[in-house]
Amino acid sequence: MDDAKPFAWPDDDISRVPYQVYTDAALYALEQERIFRGAAWNYVGLEAEVPNEGDFKTTYIGDAPIVVTRGADGVVNVMVNRCAHKGSLVCFKQRGNAPELTCVYHNWTYGLAGELTGVAFRRGVGGKGGLRASFDQKAHGLRRLRVETYRGLIFATFSNATPAFKDYAGPDMIAAMDRVLVKPLRVLGYHSQILPNNWKLYVENNKDSYHASLLHVFHNTFGVVRPTMGGGIKLGHDGWHHLSYTQREALADDHIGKEKVRSLQESYKLRDAAMMEHKLELGDLVTNSIQTIFPTLVVQQILNALATRQLIPKGPDRSELIWTILGFEGDDPDLHELRLKVNNLVGPAGLISMEDGCVGGWVQRAAKGDPAARSIMPMGEGVEPSEGSRITEAAVRGFWRGWRACMGI
Amino acid sequence: MDFDTDMTLLARLNALYAAWAHIVDDDRLEELPDLMTREGVYRVQTRENHELGLPLSLIYCDGADMLADRITAMRTANVFEPHVYCHAISAVAVTAREGAGWRARGNFTVARTMAEGETMIFACGRYFDHVVEVDGALKFRERVAILDSRRIDTLLVAPI
Ligand SMILES: [Fe+2]
Repeated sequence: MDDAKPFAWPDDDISRVPYQVYTDAALYALEQERIFRGAAWNYVGLEAEVPNEGDFKTTYIGDAPIVVTRGADGVVNVMVNRCAHKGSLVCFKQRGNAPELTCVYHNWTYGLAGELTGVAFRRGVGGKGGLRASFDQKAHGLRRLRVETYRGLIFATFSNATPAFKDYAGPDMIAAMDRVLVKPLRVLGYHSQILPNNWKLYVENNKDSYHASLLHVFHNTFGVVRPTMGGGIKLGHDGWHHLSYTQREALADDHIGKEKVRSLQESYKLRDAAMMEHKLELGDLVTNSIQTIFPTLVVQQILNALATRQLIPKGPDRSELIWTILGFEGDDPDLHELRLKVNNLVGPAGLISMEDGCVGGWVQRAAKGDPAARSIMPMGEGVEPSEGSRITEAAVRGFWRGWRACMGI
Repeated sequence: MDFDTDMTLLARLNALYAAWAHIVDDDRLEELPDLMTREGVYRVQTRENHELGLPLSLIYCDGADMLADRITAMRTANVFEPHVYCHAISAVAVTAREGAGWRARGNFTVARTMAEGETMIFACGRYFDHVVEVDGALKFRERVAILDSRRIDTLLVAPI
């Protein structure tokens, strides 16, 4: 065992996960280095959040504070939000617009692309003090990350070795993003949810297509998703990413693309089924599509509720989930209202998503007692895509393959 | 009498706010839709979305039936650890006349206690309401809970 590693996987079996990976502080620190500041493309936001020159937003990649800006040239910049001087946060607002970025601690200023443009009292006062003559201003900008955008989503990586985003995602994942993100995006709002668990438990939860109809009873009771519905699992990048989708059966009076709105409620258990209506807007009968891009992005379509979910680890036993709820530019008033109502199903108070907020905490609390004990994930085959069945844990095993590859464990 | 000096109106409004808090805190949620008019809108929205002018709510019930449905789902389908709320309501005021009713506001702090006994401040913010009189009783034509507390701990099940 490499001395630098806090942990060794006991064997080659990625279907048995030692609970230590959810609780260990040294592993958490290594993840920061090897995943978040390592080989991954990390989702940091939307181009629609920084549409104009000078717009900025702050976020995190792992524990690293990040600022995203739109530069004068229209280019999106992603930088570490840490002053080159004494390490203070440069931007502490959530979002805004500014001609330049100023660290208020000592008034050092940076251009929108992170270049150091001003040092307060650089010539000192009265000929005394100030910058050393040898100080190279160009060498002390904000740390810039590699940036790529895809269909309005902004990704950044600390690594020069990571392949281009399209190659990192792979053709099936690109096709899934192409299917959902069909028009310019409009942000309808945000949710923030604190999850009382290690970040990987939420990632596993998203990749775990087996649990959807079991834990989320609302699905079955009110007829959104049943395990007998069509659909399947696709995988990308050797299983690092996944897509799980559900497709309802075609009905005689369906006219895809003809603006049909249909209530998916069964047996009229709801007094007002407005939040269960589905307008077929994406050219198919897919009712649920949950896509993960390693490590921490989810792209979601549940009926007409579209969203990105960005997971931010906050220590070994806590995470923050940022939901960015989306519509499209040009949505008509009916579709806009439909999206707002269908969003009752998702988010921290979502009738089919709220359980995912607590189930990770239950594993976390149980994992603490016995770090060497292991889970068992025997459903389905290996790390293989499946057509017709979502009763598989293949995508979860795929995540562990990616995690081990990045971590060298 | 002006709305802002009408102490009878203010007392009735305080009673309505108290009734809401008691129903939620006593877990008699099935009675909650009775405090709304039939078409009454109930929303819980973060201050962040509200101030950005973004329309998204955490909970959006367009009519008392949708509120009743949410309570049915909570009772029959949703899975969560048992917990109770305790509302502290303050600074209740009538702020304007609107139509046949009044605009009103008040502050809330909601402590949440889990089954294991741990209590935390779960939510704090302000109600912005449209209150009308129906058959001699005050009811909410609109009740919007704006949350200063933007990060929802774990999940939000029962109405605020
Ligand atoms: Fe789930």
